[in-house]
Amino acid sequence: MLEILLDATVRAGTPILFATLGAIINERAGIINLGIEGLMLIGALAGFAGTQASGSLLVGVLAAFGAALLAGSVHGFITVQLRGNQIVSGLALTMFGIGTTALFGRSMVGLTIEGFERIAIPGLSRLPVVGKPFFNQDLLIYFSFLLVVAIAFFFYRTRWGLALRTVGENPAAADTCGVPVTLTRFLAVTVGSGIVGIGGAYLSLATTPMWIENMTAGRGWIAVALVIFASWSSYRALAGAYLFGGITAMQLRFQAMGTTISAHILQMLPYFFTILVLAISTIRLQKGASQQPEGLGQPYDREDRK
Amino acid sequence: MKLVAEKRELSSRLFRISAPVISIFVALFVAGFLLLAAGVNPLQAYLEIFQESLGSIYGLSETLVKTTPLIFASLGVSLAFRMQIWNIGAEGQIYMGACGATAVALFSGIESHLLMITAMFLTAFLVGGLWAGVAGALRAVWRVNEVIVTLLMNYIAILGVDYLIYGPWKDPKGFNFPLTAQFSDAARLTEYFDTRLHSGFFLALFCALVLYLFMERTVWGYEIKVIGSNPKAARYAGMRTGLAIFAVLFLSGAIAGIAGFSEVAGLQHRLQHGISPGYGYTAIIIAWLAKRSALGVVIVSFLMGVLLVGGDSLQLSWQLPVAFAYAFQGLILFFLLASEFFIHNRVRLIRGERHA
Repeated sequence: MLEILLDATVRAGTPILFATLGAIINERAGIINLGIEGLMLIGALAGFAGTQASGSLLVGVLAAFGAALLAGSVHGFITVQLRGNQIVSGLALTMFGIGTTALFGRSMVGLTIEGFERIAIPGLSRLPVVGKPFFNQDLLIYFSFLLVVAIAFFFYRTRWGLALRTVGENPAAADTCGVPVTLTRFLAVTVGSGIVGIGGAYLSLATTPMWIENMTAGRGWIAVALVIFASWSSYRALAGAYLFGGITAMQLRFQAMGTTISAHILQMLPYFFTILVLAISTIRLQKGASQQPEGLGQPYDREDRK
Repeated sequence: MKLVAEKRELSSRLFRISAPVISIFVALFVAGFLLLAAGVNPLQAYLEIFQESLGSIYGLSETLVKTTPLIFASLGVSLAFRMQIWNIGAEGQIYMGACGATAVALFSGIESHLLMITAMFLTAFLVGGLWAGVAGALRAVWRVNEVIVTLLMNYIAILGVDYLIYGPWKDPKGFNFPLTAQFSDAARLTEYFDTRLHSGFFLALFCALVLYLFMERTVWGYEIKVIGSNPKAARYAGMRTGLAIFAVLFLSGAIAGIAGFSEVAGLQHRLQHGISPGYGYTAIIIAWLAKRSALGVVIVSFLMGVLLVGGDSLQLSWQLPVAFAYAFQGLILFFLLASEFFIHNRVRLIRGERHA
């Protein structure tokens, strides 16, 4: 029973995990990205279409990454190069994503593909309780584990990671040190957006191998909130994403058991808990030293440097 | 050769006013390519949009019907904008307002038309306001991000309405459809000229006027503007910014809630699934396009009404998804943001290396 629940938790949490990681890369460079929901949809459709056309899941994932990267570059160009309002641009990206995927997804409705299959890792998958949920999963889930570690390593153990963080904390100081602020921010937005796209592709290639209009159903917004819960750390993003995977898994379990509680009420739970967790983690951040990048949300213009 | 951007000393007034219009046209142009890629002839589609929405008295009345909730919701969103507060939850507030009005219409038993409509209006106002007030209180007391809270509460509000119409409020004579019983005549707004145009439209115009006077002619309006443009100075001047944040989000949600009242009392005459096909999201765009002006909100709401009515007809004749309107609205916003750069900067091509 616990194994099944944990397994469902990981599978439900993975798309949110990718999305949260992508959002963290954006925000670490100082750019708020409220386009996550739209990017996930773009990733989901591109991933499905890519796999459908080529018959290869890898091509699908790459298509999702590429399409979301391209869409994210619009947000990047407007917020970094043109110093436009980040909140409005992000909302525009979400709307653009919802609309274009609805339009171009029409021809994909009803088609099916072979989704990702489970691959058991020898030895580890035999572990009691955690074996099956974590080590008898599909390749994208293993990739998400890797990505969590890789992003933490990148942020704290590489020169580029340091540059990215500095650009988010204090772009003027980074500029003085010779870090190309505009380029770094732009790259962070685009690559981060691409990773969000993989989260969307998980939905259409693994969770339910098909395209459904608006299939993200607010997961992108949950990811935006989780960035604050995760205090911009990839490890904590993993914890946050699985927390929400867990709530979703329990909700589905309740429904499957045929409870008398209305399905509509149960479906509210993830959104309700996100607000609760957001409030608690905001309060906690204010009590301790805030982890929020100092320059978050502020456009950088060399001419305004003090 | 190199492209450089230089700050303008004075932004061109003409360009400032024309920027939203230009953005809409460029968005139409780019959306045309999206339509083309989806196998729809864009010129034919655009012609159809204008014919359906403006080409006949009926079309025009339908456009005004759609303009009505947009004006309410956008006024609410733009009120919060004035204080640099983001109310992304107008969609949910519309649903909650509709929910409140419906509760009164179905269960209060009031027989007087005037009394019934007043009670429905006030309940919608209060429920919409409290719904946004939750985000307001969280923001005012603990600085919790209001963008995320208002947005997530949309999902909760829509699911809440679904719960009611699939469950306890379902019309027993409704053949199991997810909708409530029809309202009595006392709970319906007046309709005009044999169309669906109802008095909610004039209420919306009146509301715009009241909000204009509130912002420009009262101390509260002045305080909202000061807090929005310089919170530090506002605090120094003794303004209670925390209370103001709560109050503004409450009012913002309350006005969006009236849209819900106007939809159920004027148009639907019952609560049903999908009473707002995204008016609350479109409102964000309208508020941003209209900048600071209540009159601007009315004009842009009408333009968006044209697009929505036209979009509905495209949905029928070309099987375009309803959500395509979002793609178009996203494009408008992108181009508007880009145009703002050109209002404040002059871009020039410079020959040779530019010395830093």
